[in-house]
Amino acid sequence: MQRTFLKEEHVTSLDAFRTESRQWLLANCPASMRTPMPDDEVPWGGRRAEFRNPDAKLWLDRMVERGWTAPSWPREYGGGGLSTEQAQVLAEEMRALGCRAPLFSFGLTMLGPVLLEFGNEAQRREHLPRIVRGEIRWCQGYSEPGAGSDLASLSTRAVPEGEDFIINGHKIWTSYAHYADWIFCLVRTDPTAKKHEGISFVLIDMASPGVRAQPIRLISGYSVFCETFFEDVRVPQANLVGEPNKGWTIAKRLLEHERKSLASFSDRHRERSARSLREVALQGVGAVDGRIADPVLRDRIAAYEIDDTAFQLTRRRLADEASADGRPGPASALMKLCATELNKRRMELMVASAGTQALGWEGEGFNPDEIRETREWLRSKANSIEGGTSEIQLNIIAKRVLGLPD
Amino acid sequence: MALALSSEARLIRDQAQAFFAERSPVRALRQLRDSSDASGFSRPLWQEMTELGWPGFLVSEVHGGSEFGLLGLCLVLEAAGRTLAPTPLLSTALIGASALLLGGSAAQRQEHLSALAAGERLFALAMEEGAHHAPSHVQTRAERTDRGWRLNGEKRFVPDGGLADMLIVTARTVGEAGNADNISLFLVPAATPGVTVSRRVMVDSRNAAAIRLDAVELGEDALLGEADAGMAVLEPLLDRAYVGLAAEMLGLAGEAFDRTLQYLKDRRQFGVPIGSFQALKHRAGLMFCELELLRSAVLGALEALEAGAPEAALLSSAAKAKACDAVWLIGNEAIQMHGGIGMTDEHEIGFFLKRARVAQQTFGDGPFHRDRYASLMGY
Ligand SMILES: Cc1cc2nc3c(=O)[nH]c(=O)nc-3n(C[C@H](O)[C@H](O)[C@H](O)COP(=O)(O)OP(=O)(O)OC[C@H]3O[C@@H](n4cnc5c(N)ncnc54)[C@H](O)[C@@H]3O)c2cc1C
Repeated sequence: MQRTFLKEEHVTSLDAFRTESRQWLLANCPASMRTPMPDDEVPWGGRRAEFRNPDAKLWLDRMVERGWTAPSWPREYGGGGLSTEQAQVLAEEMRALGCRAPLFSFGLTMLGPVLLEFGNEAQRREHLPRIVRGEIRWCQGYSEPGAGSDLASLSTRAVPEGEDFIINGHKIWTSYAHYADWIFCLVRTDPTAKKHEGISFVLIDMASPGVRAQPIRLISGYSVFCETFFEDVRVPQANLVGEPNKGWTIAKRLLEHERKSLASFSDRHRERSARSLREVALQGVGAVDGRIADPVLRDRIAAYEIDDTAFQLTRRRLADEASADGRPGPASALMKLCATELNKRRMELMVASAGTQALGWEGEGFNPDEIRETREWLRSKANSIEGGTSEIQLNIIAKRVLGLPD
Repeated sequence: MALALSSEARLIRDQAQAFFAERSPVRALRQLRDSSDASGFSRPLWQEMTELGWPGFLVSEVHGGSEFGLLGLCLVLEAAGRTLAPTPLLSTALIGASALLLGGSAAQRQEHLSALAAGERLFALAMEEGAHHAPSHVQTRAERTDRGWRLNGEKRFVPDGGLADMLIVTARTVGEAGNADNISLFLVPAATPGVTVSRRVMVDSRNAAAIRLDAVELGEDALLGEADAGMAVLEPLLDRAYVGLAAEMLGLAGEAFDRTLQYLKDRRQFGVPIGSFQALKHRAGLMFCELELLRSAVLGALEALEAGAPEAALLSSAAKAKACDAVWLIGNEAIQMHGGIGMTDEHEIGFFLKRARVAQQTFGDGPFHRDRYASLMGY
């Protein structure tokens, strides 16, 4: 027997967990929840949640009951209490069986982890269980017209008045603000301090008087984000997370979690795609001896797939090497950068493969998959902008990973 | 298995890195080059490596090896790559041993493995006949004789060909170059009459040779694996070779990158370190990404090879393709970011570009491996 020098996992206990999880998933995941997810069935949850497919509701309820919408959160807040390794095994099993995610939410990927780290007990008890159950849909109030990449120059103001803050300002690119129930928001509480030192992190109910979200149409024709206006909005000071004026640390940690979740974006996307790149290319440009007829396109697709394979392996490796605290750290910049640039490449290759059939906008002559490819190609351009642009990720890598001087 | 190194593996890596840094820094390669050393490597140093057990990493204990496995060996190759150390490790410890393990008869293993593990017998794979990697492009002829076989042909660019005691030669019985059938593998002692080995001095100062085979008479026992079914051994053998070389390339790219990064911090222009210029920062960031992807690609391929997983061939080509991307990018950027000093022979960074380019071409460049990857994927 040749030996291996790969680190051994705690095989026995994980194996038992794997078998048990698979059995449970097989018994509890409805058949229709093991098919690719159409766009109008993405389970975002929230007060106004709609379930076009009743199985989606059933699936969500069963997963909630088991704590598996937030598998690694503590049980006391409704999570599954799983170790990082167990959560990874569960994700692998769900992927292997083709189970849909029961719930998509910024509460799960972004806000929850920072409440666990920085929130007080009352905040955790109030918000985490409702996130786990998909009852409240959150949105992210970071960017402003004058504060994009230079986020810390934001100017939305929060002024204390009695027990409350009075908030005035203008956020932009707020994804799904028009559907959201609550918003986690960066506000300026000390305009005299240096820009990173006067920021606070507050939680605001979107139903509060004075909040208004106005959808913006994207180049893809979708409306996923809004301008969000705050006019004399009254928010209890109890909704401040962490210390006043210390919000920047929380904001940055949340961005790490956001990047980590955006790094798995292309997976989710691919899982939802009806057709693989290869299929589209073989169909779109034809085959000679079973090969994609255009050798240049074939080479570019192989280059993309090899990079994507290397990226998937990198994600696995970084998770396996990660420190026990589970915090993403600066490596999340690398993952965000690679994942989003890869997804853009994939969509470019889709269009190159399908030709004019992936450039139809609507109506006759194009099937729904093709129209969707056009729209997704356009949508993908945002991947390297949202959650911090690729240039900003490179700045972070240069500074925090490579230690290059300012 | 986790895609991370065990503590034992990290120990091997650290030991190998310390060894090469001390015993075979880039300076040593320069000396070999400048003294026009005929073999292009240092025998005494090989002796020291032998004492560390490296030649026998794939060989079982029965034959005097340690069976530390492919990953362990690749960690040593990566460390060798960092200092551009010219060693016969890839040709002998990886390719020679793998050829015997994959295709050798019990007698052939008995005959060669102990000597190989003891570092006493060096091997080389004599395969290429053109200027590009093409395993099935074989014109060298193998004819049946009363005693066994007769070989005629010419091999080009045989890495370590000039120092090998034993050549692993591809030849065909019938058919045209390019046809993967009818190829056989032979174990040919370099001292056999009719074998002419001529050193080719390459840009990376390593040992490479052209080898002529003129009516080379061999016994029955020279055949490695089945007659006419050489590809069954050669393909898995090459998969291992691709990954072994990719591991060396990971080392060289990592070191070239580290040196360049240090230069970005040290070199000042316009009153500031050049590493403060965003045009260079972002390119450094992109190089770092390529390196991380390459490291994972190599580890993923090793995991599959060690497990004998069906995707091993696919991942081996992915690893070599990624290695080609990474060393090309980093080799070129390293020179550019060093400015004029990077163009001088006196500075060591140029040695990295030279080895990078040869390694890129050896055993298939990016287009070769992407073509193979696509074919294996069925498109
Ligand atoms: C689809 C989508 C969804 C979004 N969802 C949300 C959301 O839910 N909540 C939210 O708060 N925000 C959201 N955003 C906003 C997003 O975070 C910002 O768009 C992003 O941070 C960039 O800011 P900006 O648009 O102002 O561009 P700018 O910062 O003006 O950047 C313009 C260009 O300049 C470059 N640039 C800027 N600074 C530097 C620098 N220092 N070095 C080099 N290049 C630089 C950028 O990389 C970019 O190419 C979303 C954006 C999109 C596209």
